[in-house]
Amino acid sequence: MNRLFSPAPGARSFAGVARMAIVVLVGAVVLAGASLLPESSPLHVSAFTVSLAGKYLSYAMLALAVDLVWGFAGILTLGHAAFFALGGYAMGMYLMREIGARGVYGNASLPDFMIFLSWTKLPWYWWGSEHFLWACLLVLAVPGVLAGVFGWLAFRSRVSGVYLSIMTQALTYALMLAFFQNGFGFGGNNGLTDFKDILGADLHSPVTRAVLLVVTGIVLALALMLSRFVVAGRFGNLLVAVRDAESRTRFLGYRPEQVKLLVWVFSAMLAGLGGALYVTQVGIINPGEFAPANSIESVIWVAVGGRGTLSGAVLGAVLVNMGKTVFTAWLPEFWLYGLGLLFLVTTLFLPKGVMGLFGPARHQSVQDVTPEVSSPEGDEA
Amino acid sequence: MRSLLRLCFVAALCVGAAFATPRLARADAFAGLASGQFDTVAQAVTDLAVSGSTQADTVLRALEHRQLFFAPDGGLFMRENTAYVDARTGQPVAAPPEGLTPVRLNNRVRKALAGARAGMDLFSTDRAARLGAATTLYERHDPAALPLLEHALSAEKDTAIRKELALAHAATILAQPPVADQLAARMQAVAALRATGGLEARGLLASVGAAEAEDPQLRKAAQEAVSSIDWRLRAWSIGQNAFYGLSFGSVLLLAATGLAITFGVMGVINMAHGELVMIGAYVTWLVQQGVRAVAPSLEPVALLLAIPVAFCVCGGLGVLIERGLIRFLYGRPLETLLATWGLSLIMQQAVRSVFGPTNIAVTTPGWLTGSFALGGMEITLNRLAILIFAFLVLGALMCVLRRTPLGLQMRAVTQNRRMAALMGIRTPRVDALAFGLGAGLAGLAGVAVSQIDNVSPNLGQTYIIDSFMVVVFGGVGNLWGTLAAAMTLGMGGKVLEPVIGAVSAKIAILVLVILYIQRNPRGMFPVRGRGVES
Repeated sequence: MNRLFSPAPGARSFAGVARMAIVVLVGAVVLAGASLLPESSPLHVSAFTVSLAGKYLSYAMLALAVDLVWGFAGILTLGHAAFFALGGYAMGMYLMREIGARGVYGNASLPDFMIFLSWTKLPWYWWGSEHFLWACLLVLAVPGVLAGVFGWLAFRSRVSGVYLSIMTQALTYALMLAFFQNGFGFGGNNGLTDFKDILGADLHSPVTRAVLLVVTGIVLALALMLSRFVVAGRFGNLLVAVRDAESRTRFLGYRPEQVKLLVWVFSAMLAGLGGALYVTQVGIINPGEFAPANSIESVIWVAVGGRGTLSGAVLGAVLVNMGKTVFTAWLPEFWLYGLGLLFLVTTLFLPKGVMGLFGPARHQSVQDVTPEVSSPEGDEA
Repeated sequence: MRSLLRLCFVAALCVGAAFATPRLARADAFAGLASGQFDTVAQAVTDLAVSGSTQADTVLRALEHRQLFFAPDGGLFMRENTAYVDARTGQPVAAPPEGLTPVRLNNRVRKALAGARAGMDLFSTDRAARLGAATTLYERHDPAALPLLEHALSAEKDTAIRKELALAHAATILAQPPVADQLAARMQAVAALRATGGLEARGLLASVGAAEAEDPQLRKAAQEAVSSIDWRLRAWSIGQNAFYGLSFGSVLLLAATGLAITFGVMGVINMAHGELVMIGAYVTWLVQQGVRAVAPSLEPVALLLAIPVAFCVCGGLGVLIERGLIRFLYGRPLETLLATWGLSLIMQQAVRSVFGPTNIAVTTPGWLTGSFALGGMEITLNRLAILIFAFLVLGALMCVLRRTPLGLQMRAVTQNRRMAALMGIRTPRVDALAFGLGAGLAGLAGVAVSQIDNVSPNLGQTYIIDSFMVVVFGGVGNLWGTLAAAMTLGMGGKVLEPVIGAVSAKIAILVLVILYIQRNPRGMFPVRGRGVES
């Protein structure tokens, strides 16, 4: 295992990743600090901006997760928002239980929506959700296990390319339908919301918000570095080999399905973590997060930032979401035009994304045309 | 309190009198109408209807419209405009007697009136009226109508009406309290209901089966009849679900064939396919509006006109998309997927900007509305038409692929692009035409969908995932596979629906397809050959 992750000759350096991690960290700390200044101060930042920044950074986690599988393993996932939302729901369950007797119905052991459905006791899958540590475990375990099962089945039978994309899309669509149902036990349409506090700290207080933003920044920076560690060494080379020529890699004696499964599960866990951070700062999680359109949108963040660069994913997620915030406030009906054009322009003219515009191409030798992907109509049937 | 008690006592007396009085003769029916007592009036209404009097129809109609009056001396008059007519003879009277009181109606009288009207309709010359009357009497099983029914049964020639009359007769017999000497007739009635009865008859039979007062033999027969009817109803409901499944499958088929062409021939995943379906539906609406404005008399056939127009509009759009976007992305299917997704967002928003975000009302022409009964199933015409249309489209597509040069070239490109190019086929042109064909098929799907679903800018989104499932499930590049997959998914969903609910059925189907693809990554009908394995 050590050999697998040790730097390989000719490995790409990913210097930009460390720089991006520092930028994220500093940015989060500065914003959080500024929000704690008195309101009269010219440097004061509103609570709204802080939670917005927290949202962007959570989305950046999702983008990072997508980049790991799409940029390095060549799996175009159209369902990563499912893992994100599952992580969010896992954290939401804990926050829901934290409300305790302060809910509308004042029941200490049952969340409001269950009383509304006249349930008398917690379903088994809510057991233990009052413990923060259990919630943290679920945040990683639920997306991880689902990704593990799905990936094990899919990669073992060599479902790949657009087939896999459609399968991931169907997966998130099925989950969305399931979570929309009241009987599923996660609040149906409304999802989980009305959270009061986390670990005893009031979620609406500026200090808690500032701390959450800093935590998000730290987690994202760590995730960036961890991802770099994963993809920079021999394992990263193997991933790229699988991406660019899966059959050849298999013939050389490697097991592409295991390589893919490993990065797929890791990526799902990162997405789940992003979802958990998202819920604490946005204050709601509902089945709409599972919508296939969300997953596809997260792919475009990566494409805009630059596929296969890790730091580009973070940049893209923040840029596109800032654009969305500005656009939807300013010209709401034109946002979809903007987003649609973004898809077209990026795929047609910016295959390497924004990072491709700046960074020297030496580091990021991302091949966007890969032999196996490039000629399905020639090779297949 | 005391006066209330007295009132109750009087009312009870009246009811008792109504039941106790033996059937009144015809002359007495008129007297009954003039009695001023609700129960007597109700009885008289029924008697008058049974009597076969020529005046019955007019008198009852007058009563219904509160134009019937009685005089203190028992005279009965109908008011026509301002003149009065003697109800018994139908002769106009010059001067009506003093002190005319209108015959008042209460619910009991109204009920009797409705039954009486139905009873008289049994002898109407209009077939539909007779059938309607028989159905009404079947649902009411009013004992007073029994002689009427028997009379009608002996006179009726039409088999459909006879069947309904027999049901009504049987139901009416069974609905009466048991009388010892009628066992044979009641047994017959149970048998008749068992043979053809529906839910209505089931309820009646179940109550007979549960009644303590009934003969044990009759009760047993009734219970058996209930289970027999249950079994038949279940069989019909399975048939009905199968029809819904076929109908849903045919919609999926229409939506997915275009996708199968573009994916099969070009390996391109067109995420904007759903939006092309949506545009097809909007074209249908535009054509209908246009026809209404230009030639209102042609409105019933506007839908037929919309078929070629939608095909051409969407096909043209498809060629444009291929030439303007997709050809720059060949060899990068994942990027194509993203680009077409972006395109779909733009198309959706454009339609929203032009036509507004709400549903538009696409009309269904008269010849497509309504339904007919096939045994216990209800077949709606628009769904049947879509089913037929889907198969026609599939047949036409097969012809194009097998019998035309374009089809030959498309199949060649599907099987081996490089070799086809070497043989002199202009693959870019084939690509553009294939994409246009796929888009045109989406337009046709839009025309069909506009007849059964809400047409809004979000229409495409509801079909795109299902259509992809169909294509992947069926196996790419194989129309038979698409057909099989569409029908399997359509039927599967509708068969599961009554068992676990609509949404759960959908989830179950999605999960099953995901699992199936893991076992058979190339779908049900994989294309075999060299280079398939990647």
